Amino acid sequence: MIRYVGSRLLTSVVMVLLSTLVIFLIANTVPGDPALVAMGDMAASDPAQVKAFRAEYGLDLPLWEQYGLFLQRLVHGDLGISISSRRPVLDDIVDYAPATLELATIAFILSIVVGLPLGVLAAVRRDSWIDHVARAVSLIGVSAPTFWLAFIMLAIFYGQLDWAPGPGRLDPVSFPPDRITGLLLIDTALQGDWATFHDAAAHLVLPSIVLAMATLGLVTRTTRAAMLEALSQDYVRVARAKGLRRRVIVNGHALPNALLPVVTLGGLAYANLLAGAVMTETVFSWPGLGRYTFRSAVTVDFPAIMAITAIVAAVFVLVNLAVDLSYAMLDPRVTKR
Amino acid sequence: MQEAADLEAAKQGDAEPLLRVRDLRTWFLTDAGPVRAVDGVSFDLAAGETLGIVGESGSGKSVCAKTIMRLLDPPAKIVGGSIEFRGRDLAKLDEEEVRAVRGREIAMVFQDPMTSLNPVLRIAKQLVEAMTAHGRFTAAAARTRAIDLLRRMGVASAQAAVDRYPHQFSGGMRQRVMLAMGVSNEPALLIADEPTTALDVTIQAQILELLRGLNADLGTAVILISHDLGVIANVCARILVMYAGEVVEEGAPEDLLTDPRHPYTWALLHAAPRIDAEAEDRRLVTIEGQPPDPRAWPEGCRFRARCPFAIDKCAEHPDLLPIDATRASRCWVTQAGGALHEPVRPQPQARDAATAVAPQPLLEVRGLSKHFPLPRETLFAEQRVLRAVDGVDLDVMAGETVGLVGESGCGKSTLARLVTRLHEPTGGSIRFAGSDITHATQAEIRPLRRRMQMIFQDPYASLNPRMTVGEILTGPLLLHRIVDGQAAARTRVEELLGLVGLPRQSMQRFPHEFSGGQRQRISIARALALGPDFVVADEPISALDVNIQAQIINLMVDLQERLGLTYLFIAHDLAVVRHVCDRIVVLYLGKVMEIGRAADLFARPLHPYTRTLISAAPVPDPRVERTRRHVPLKGEPPSAMNPPSGCRFRTRCPVAEERCAVEMPPLLPAADGQLVACHFPGRI
Repeated sequence: MIRYVGSRLLTSVVMVLLSTLVIFLIANTVPGDPALVAMGDMAASDPAQVKAFRAEYGLDLPLWEQYGLFLQRLVHGDLGISISSRRPVLDDIVDYAPATLELATIAFILSIVVGLPLGVLAAVRRDSWIDHVARAVSLIGVSAPTFWLAFIMLAIFYGQLDWAPGPGRLDPVSFPPDRITGLLLIDTALQGDWATFHDAAAHLVLPSIVLAMATLGLVTRTTRAAMLEALSQDYVRVARAKGLRRRVIVNGHALPNALLPVVTLGGLAYANLLAGAVMTETVFSWPGLGRYTFRSAVTVDFPAIMAITAIVAAVFVLVNLAVDLSYAMLDPRVTKR
Repeated sequence: MQEAADLEAAKQGDAEPLLRVRDLRTWFLTDAGPVRAVDGVSFDLAAGETLGIVGESGSGKSVCAKTIMRLLDPPAKIVGGSIEFRGRDLAKLDEEEVRAVRGREIAMVFQDPMTSLNPVLRIAKQLVEAMTAHGRFTAAAARTRAIDLLRRMGVASAQAAVDRYPHQFSGGMRQRVMLAMGVSNEPALLIADEPTTALDVTIQAQILELLRGLNADLGTAVILISHDLGVIANVCARILVMYAGEVVEEGAPEDLLTDPRHPYTWALLHAAPRIDAEAEDRRLVTIEGQPPDPRAWPEGCRFRARCPFAIDKCAEHPDLLPIDATRASRCWVTQAGGALHEPVRPQPQARDAATAVAPQPLLEVRGLSKHFPLPRETLFAEQRVLRAVDGVDLDVMAGETVGLVGESGCGKSTLARLVTRLHEPTGGSIRFAGSDITHATQAEIRPLRRRMQMIFQDPYASLNPRMTVGEILTGPLLLHRIVDGQAAARTRVEELLGLVGLPRQSMQRFPHEFSGGQRQRISIARALALGPDFVVADEPISALDVNIQAQIINLMVDLQERLGLTYLFIAHDLAVVRHVCDRIVVLYLGKVMEIGRAADLFARPLHPYTRTLISAAPVPDPRVERTRRHVPLKGEPPSAMNPPSGCRFRTRCPVAEERCAVEMPPLLPAADGQLVACHFPGRI
C-alpha cells in the first residue's frame, strides 16, 4: 500500500512538471508582451526601460533557460516575483487561496449532501415527483450559465428580498479575524468571534450555491444513473429473494456499488471547483484564486501563470490519487498493491 | 372425464399440497400490448417433492418461478389465477407479507452465480443478513451457521472463506454459496432457476448432487428450472414441459422421457444429441420455425404451426388432460391414448467414401504453447505467466471434424485463436496447408485468411450492430478482392444467404432484427464468404436453444458435405461433440490428455479425466442414468499460473499415485490410434 502510494506520488510529480512545461510553451506562443502590458504606454515606448524590465524578469533569456530557471526556483520553493503585483507569487497565492478553498469546499459539500440523496431517491422512486424534481435540478444545474445564475441570485436574494448579504467575504463594517488559516469560518470559530463567523457564513451562502449548482446537477444525474444500474443487477434481485427490507436493499446493496462512479465524478468536480471559480468569484467580488488567475492571464504575468498551473495540476493529481485510493477501499475487486 | 376425476382424486388423496398453482397468468403490460409470458399455468407440488420445469427461452418457465416469488415489477402483472402456498394465496399478499415468505419459506437460486453475489460485500455479510432478516438467528448464531452451511456445501476451509469477497471465488463455489444462502432459513421450497447453466459439466454434476442431497436430507421441496432435459431428469421426480406460456405435458421422467405424449416434448427430446447414443447420421431431428409471438398466441393449439403430427382438430385449443393416473398432456393427437412415433431419420450417407482417400493433414500443430504474462504484483516481483496452452500436438486432416473439449480455462479457446493466428504463439509450430504460419506477419498470413475462418460463440456480440447483413457479408468479399464490384458482391451475398437458409431480403436488415439462431446463420455465412476450407467454430451453439442448436448443427453438417469443409469444433457439451466430431481432443490445463476417434473415446475412455467428464454429463433417460457408472470429479481445476507438478490432472484424479506427481506422462499411442497421456491408462 505504502509502496503504491509512493510510486503514485512519484508519477504525480512528473505529471505536474509536464503540465507546467505544456502551459509554459502555450503561454509563450500566444501573442501579448508582458513588458508592454505591465509597464504602461509611456515606459513601454522607451526601449532601454523595456530591456531593463525584460532583464529583471529573465524574459530576455532563451526559452529553455527560462523554463530551467523556473524549475530551479521551484525546487527551492520559490515561485518567482509576479510581474503585475511585484510581490513574490507565493505570497499572492497564500493570500488568495484560502478564500477559494473555503468557497469550493462548502460548494462541494453542498453538492454532495444534496445531490447524492436526491439522486438515490430519484432512482428508487423512478418517475415520481421527486424524480422530476431531480431531473429539473440537474438540468438547470448543468445548463444554466454560472454568471447568469450568480446575477439572478444576487438580484433576487440580495437586491429584492434582502435575505442574503451582498458580495465580498465579509461586511465592510466587520473586522476580519486574525489570520491563522485564512479560512474565515475556522479562524473566527477558533477565536470565538461568533458575530463575524455568522457574517462570513452568510456571505458564503449565495456564492457557494451558485458554484455548487453545476456539480450538484452532475452528482444528482450520475447518482441516479448509477443507482438505476445497481438496482437492476442480479444481486439486488437476490437480495429481494432473501426477503430483505427495501431500505436495506437500497442502502446496503445498491448504494455501495453505485458510489463508485460518483466518487470518480466527485473527485474531478472538487478539483474543478478549486480551479475554476472565476465567474462566481468575479460576480461576488470574492478575493480568491479564480480572480487572481484571471488577472494573471490578462496581464500575461508569466511567473503567476506558471505557479497557478503547477498548483492546479498538483491539486488534480492529488485528488485523482485520493479517488483511486478510496476506490480500493470501496471496491474489494480493485487490488491494493 | 372419468380419468380426469381419478387424477384429481389421486391428487386429493395425498395431504394438502405445499404449493397449488391454478390458472396463473402473468402478463407484461407493455405499450405494444400485453406480452402473455405465463398464460394459464396450473400445477401442484407436495412437500418434499422435486419438480422440474423445462422449456426453451420465452416459454415462460422463469417468469413463472419469479411470479411465485413475487419478484416481478411492473409492467409485469399477475392478471389472473392463484398461488396457494401453505393455505395462503401468494398472489394476493402485500409487499411486507411477501417479504416474510421470501427467503424464509421459499428461497430462490438464480442462473448466474457470477452476478448473483454483491461484489462489494463479504460472503459472511451476505449469508448472515439472509438469516437475520427474518429474525430467526442472532448475528453471531447466523455467522456460525453460515460457516457450517458452507462446509455442508463443500466449500473448502469455510472458516476462512466466509470472510472473503465474491470475486475471490470461482463460479462453482459461488453457486455453492448461493445454495447455502437458499437453505439457510430451512425453507419449505427451494426454486432453482437454471442453477448450473453457467457452469462446467463437472461442476454441474457436483451442484446437482448437492441439490439432490439437500432435498433428501432436509426435505426441502425443489422446483428446478432448466432447458436441459438431462439435468431435470437427474434431479426431479416429476416434470412439467412448458411451451408458449402454458404447461403442455406433465409426468414422471420415466414416462415423459421415454414415451413423450406431446409433440413438443418429443421434439425437445430428439433435437438434443445423446451422449450414450451412437448416431448413424449427424443430422438431428428438428422442428420448423420459431416459438410464437407472446403478444398474440395463435388460435387453437399453440404448437400447431410447428407440429409434425398436427390434425384438423388442433385448430381448437386443447386442455391439459390426463392420459393416465400420473401424467397429462395438452394434445389432441395423443388424447386417444396413442404414442408418438419415432422420428424418421434421414438415410445415413456414405461419408466414408470421402475420408477413405488418403487423408492429408490440413493443420499440423507441434509443441504449441501460449503463455500470457500477468502484471507484476510489485515492481520487483517475479514476472508470472498464465500457461493457457502448454505444449499441444494436434493434426487436423482435410475434411474431418475435430472436437476440442475441456472445462473452462483448459485453453481450448486460446488454442483456437492460436491456430487461426489471432494470437501470437509463445512456442511450438503451426503449419497450415503446408506453410509454416507460426510467426507469419499479418501481411504474410492474409492470403491464408481466406482459407481459415472462425465462428464465435455469442451471435449477439460478434456481429456489428451498425452494419446491415449485406454490409457484413460484402466486407470480406471486397477486402480480399473475391469479387469485382458491388453487383458481383451482391450476387455472392445472395448465394451465401441461400446457403445458410436465410431469405435474400435479409441483406437490408440489421443484426438486431434476427433471432439468436438466425444471427448464428449470418455468422456462418460470414465465415463462408471467402470460401474457406478450414473453419474454427468456438462454442457455436452454446448460446442457443436445443431446437435451434439442432438446426445449426444440421446446417454445419450439410455445409461440410457440400463444400468439403474441415472443422475444428470447440464445445463444452460432450453429447454435441460426440455427435458431430470424427475425432476428439481432450484438454486439461493447457495440455492434451487424450485424443481418439469419437466413438472409441466415448466407448472406451483411457484417461481418468475423459472418464469423469463423460460420467458428469447427464443423460435425459432415468433408466440409462441408473445403470451408468458415475465417477464424481473432486474439486475444481487448479490455476494455470502454477499448475501441479507431473501430471496436471493428478490433484483431482481418482487413481493418481506418487509417480504422477513426479513424472509428466507423455502422450503415447494406445490401441487403435488412440493417444493418451496417463501413467495408468484405462485404470478407471
